[in-house]
Amino acid sequence: MRPIATTRAATGTATGKLAVWWVLASEVVIFGGLLASYVMFRLGHPEWADAAAVTNTWIGAFNTWVLLTSSLTAVLAHQAAERGDGKQAAKYLYCTIFGALVFLGVKTYEWWYEISHGYTITSNGFWAFYYTAAGLHAFHVIAGAVIMAFVARDAAKGRELHRVELIGIYWHFVDIVWIFLFPLLYIAK
Amino acid sequence: MVEPAVDLTHGHAHDDHADHGPQGWLKYLWSTDHKVIAMQYMFTGMFMALIGGFMAYVFRMQLAFPGMPVPGFGIVSPGEYNALVTNHGTIMIFWVAMPVLLAAFGNFLIPLMIGADDMVFPKINRLSFQVFFVSTIVILASLVVEGGGFAGAWTAYPPLSADSTYNLTPLGSTLWVIGVGLEFVAFLLGGINFITTLMNSRAPGMRAFDIPIVVWMIVVASILFMMSVGPLLAGAIMLIFDQTIGTGFYNPATGGDPILWQHLFWFFGHPEVYVVLLPAMGVVIEIITTFARKKLFAYRTVIFTIVATGVLSFFVWAHHQFIAGIDPRMANIFTITTLLISVPIAELCFIYIATLYGGSITLSTPMLWGLAFVAEFLIGGVTGIFLGAAGADIYFHDTYFVLAHFHYTFFPIAIIGTFAAFTYWFPKMFGKMMDERLGKWHFWLTIIPFNMIFIPLFVLGMGGQHRRIYNYTHFPELAIDIFQDMRIVATVSLLIMLAAQFIFFYNCWKSWRSKEKAPRNPWKANSLEWTTESPPPHGNWHPDRMPVVYRGPYEYNVPGREDDYWPQNEPK
Repeated sequence: MRPIATTRAATGTATGKLAVWWVLASEVVIFGGLLASYVMFRLGHPEWADAAAVTNTWIGAFNTWVLLTSSLTAVLAHQAAERGDGKQAAKYLYCTIFGALVFLGVKTYEWWYEISHGYTITSNGFWAFYYTAAGLHAFHVIAGAVIMAFVARDAAKGRELHRVELIGIYWHFVDIVWIFLFPLLYIAK
Repeated sequence: MVEPAVDLTHGHAHDDHADHGPQGWLKYLWSTDHKVIAMQYMFTGMFMALIGGFMAYVFRMQLAFPGMPVPGFGIVSPGEYNALVTNHGTIMIFWVAMPVLLAAFGNFLIPLMIGADDMVFPKINRLSFQVFFVSTIVILASLVVEGGGFAGAWTAYPPLSADSTYNLTPLGSTLWVIGVGLEFVAFLLGGINFITTLMNSRAPGMRAFDIPIVVWMIVVASILFMMSVGPLLAGAIMLIFDQTIGTGFYNPATGGDPILWQHLFWFFGHPEVYVVLLPAMGVVIEIITTFARKKLFAYRTVIFTIVATGVLSFFVWAHHQFIAGIDPRMANIFTITTLLISVPIAELCFIYIATLYGGSITLSTPMLWGLAFVAEFLIGGVTGIFLGAAGADIYFHDTYFVLAHFHYTFFPIAIIGTFAAFTYWFPKMFGKMMDERLGKWHFWLTIIPFNMIFIPLFVLGMGGQHRRIYNYTHFPELAIDIFQDMRIVATVSLLIMLAAQFIFFYNCWKSWRSKEKAPRNPWKANSLEWTTESPPPHGNWHPDRMPVVYRGPYEYNVPGREDDYWPQNEPK
């Protein structure tokens, strides 16, 4: 049984949505700290551009496209949930999860290629940041996809439809983090 | 609402709204009730305080009587000494001050003071404690693994913390980082709950400026924590990678920089001071208004002041790094911001004094603790001015002056503030009154030795005594008799203070066993937690009779009223 406290909304915003925004606020500073450190170091080490030149911008661009598309299906799922169509919402969420799997698959290929060519996390500062930042992001993709699977399972049965929007907000955040990572790690040569 | 305030709950409310979780002893291990979780945090924090206190006892004995076996520990080796001071700091801040002041009192007070039946996410609240509990086990395990506990100071500066060929504690230092990281995750989970609960679940009628200050303070502290800890979490991941897989984030040889850790650590570390300071200041406001029977002076100014403090606290961190090779122009900027932040804190002290002025003051045990907090914290604040000014700090850096200053801020926060809150809300938490006579003995036998410990350390610090030294007899200019005498005074005072804590435990046990039940509102205070039973049942109030708020929490001695207090939920 939910406590009375959970059902109140003094701000006018539902409690779950408010909490997701605060989760994102705490996540922003985690990635913010990591990326700010990277940018400061990168400015002091022009030679890191040589390492950055190894990363494959086209594969990165493809993954950006995959992730953006998965965000589109997350929005469509929200739209369906608003209509009360849980089944359709679940279908769209499964599309988003499929996008996450493609993203992770491409990432695995990239890392396999780079590691097999001797560019490992201990190679130099750029690669340390490259694997740490992309790894932390991939961890968020995995976590989001797992939670999304639970939300989709419930939504298919017409339960807890409001959660479709909440996981969607989180997914957009994962997307936006990548929008920062892609230029910083791939495009800036 | 036609019933008078005192009838909001009734005797069998508990049966109507039973705990739907597991029963029996499991109820206490697996409960989602905010009050049970508060007690879990409280008792874990107190247990860790005993460990941290024992560590202080061992290393103070070594400093006063170098090389002699310490009763209960034995001969202290240099490595053990470093591990003891490191983990004393880590445990006292992250496993005592934070869980007790922020998590225990936050959990206990927020729902009760805003008239809610629980936190908005009870299961996340439980998860928060469980993660915290795991972190406790990890930090305790780090003390006993092969090689011993981490010994690179609680600030864990690389390269000492990052490379086990320097620190010689390959397991201890990694477990230390993991433990601290898990503890941060626990408080992030708890903090999201605190913030959302206050924003959304206030009792009907409670506007922003009707919220008791202590709740404001705890929630602002949670926001500060959330906004500052992220970069350090990222930094902790980098440190673990440096330790375990050999990356070079903090190693100049591979393009890293050890100063990065100092920035990330203190970007968190300085707001962290305010994360624990604000709840303690809030507690003292509740106590001072209740025992002075007077309306809080300038409620809104307090709110704006703590927001200003919170914002400023993000721009002072590099005052910890004046001798770390930062640009002197940057040191100037951080000197100015550091001196600026003393303005809002001084303002709060004036607000305390203005509230007390002309009040009818009762010197009960909680009030003594509250007043002691103001007096002692003032000394901590004033000595901070010297350290915030880059010129003076270059001399004082890493001396006992810093150490004494730090303890004059954190002891009032974590110990005096906690005892103030504990003695004030003890009737509500356990349904019994504490013994005032024992409480006052405990108070004086804690406060006097506390000053006797740290005043000599100020003098030693001004005399040039550096921190992190295992045995001062190796340094002729520091081994002089007068210095050694001051070290012995500090250690003996510590022994007295530690012994006095048995009075506190005896008082708790005796009060808890006493047959006399505490009334709902023993202090005749206004806020909502005093309108329910002591201790409150599951759900805090009867679900059909949740409180409604009509006014702010500090309406004492309102002209034209017969009673000198005016509960928040009493209709006009």
